[in-house]
Amino acid sequence: MSHGFFIWASYAVTFAALALEVVFLFRRSRRAGPSRQIK
Amino acid sequence: MNPNSTLRWFRFASPQTFFPLAGTIALGCAAAAALLALGGLYVGLVVAPTDAQQGEVYRIIFIHVPAAWMSMFIYVVMAGWAAIGLAFNTRLSFMMAQALAPTGALFTFIALWTGSLWGRPTWGTYWVWDARLTSELILLFLYLGFMALHAAIDDPRRADRASALLAIVGAVNVPIIYYSVQWWNTLHQGASVSITRAPSMAATMLTGMLLMALAFWAYSIAAVLVRVRCIIRERE
Repeated sequence: MSHGFFIWASYAVTFAALALEVVFLFRRSRRAGPSRQIK
Repeated sequence: MNPNSTLRWFRFASPQTFFPLAGTIALGCAAAAALLALGGLYVGLVVAPTDAQQGEVYRIIFIHVPAAWMSMFIYVVMAGWAAIGLAFNTRLSFMMAQALAPTGALFTFIALWTGSLWGRPTWGTYWVWDARLTSELILLFLYLGFMALHAAIDDPRRADRASALLAIVGAVNVPIIYYSVQWWNTLHQGASVSITRAPSMAATMLTGMLLMALAFWAYSIAAVLVRVRCIIRERE
C-alpha cells in the first residue's frame, strides 16, 4: 500500500471524527433547549 | 489580592454565571481553532519538507503527536476538576469533568488510530503490545469507563462523585504513558519535543506540529464549553 493511503486515512478519519463531535454537540444543544432559560 | 476581586472570580463557580461566559469563550476558541488548523495543515502538508528516513508518511505526526498530547492533558484537567468537585462540592467542577471526557476520549482514539496507521509503514505492524501503546489504550478505556459509570447512575450527584473517584484514580496512568518510553524498552520512540532540550526535528516540522497542537487546544476548549453549556441547561 502506498504511503498516501496511510496519510489520508489518518487525516480523513481525524477530521471526520471531529466533525461528528461538532454535529453531536449541535444536536445536543438543540435538544437541551434555548439558552434564555438560564437566568 | 483584593478580597473583592477574589469574590468576583468565585462568581464564575456558579453555572448560571459561567453560562454566558462559556458561550463567548467557545465562540472565540472555535474561530481560533479553524484558523490555527488551516495554518497547521498548510505548514504540515505543503511547507514542511519530506523526511529523509520516513518519506511522506511522517506527516501523520502533525495530527498524531498533538492528539496524544491532548489525550493526556485533557485527562489531567478532568481529574483536576473531579478533585475540586469532591473537595469543595461545586456543581460546575463536576459538570466540567463530565464535559471533558468525550473530547478526551476522541483525542485518545485519534492518537491510537493515527499511530497505528503510522506504525504499519514504519514498524511493519499496526499494533504491538508495548508499554506506550497499551497505556494509551488503557486511557481510552478510562475515558469510556468514566462516561459509562456516569451514565449508569440515575442520581446526577451520586454519578458525579462516583465518576470523579474513577477519574482521580485513573490519573496514575498519565505519567505511566508519558514515561513509558523511558521506563521500558518500547518500539515507540522517545519524545521528539521536550521543554528541557532542543527539538530533534526541522523548524518547519516543529512549527506545523505546534500550530496543530494549538488548534486542537482551541478546538477542545470550544467543544468542552459548548458541552458544559448543554449540561448546565439539562441539569439546572
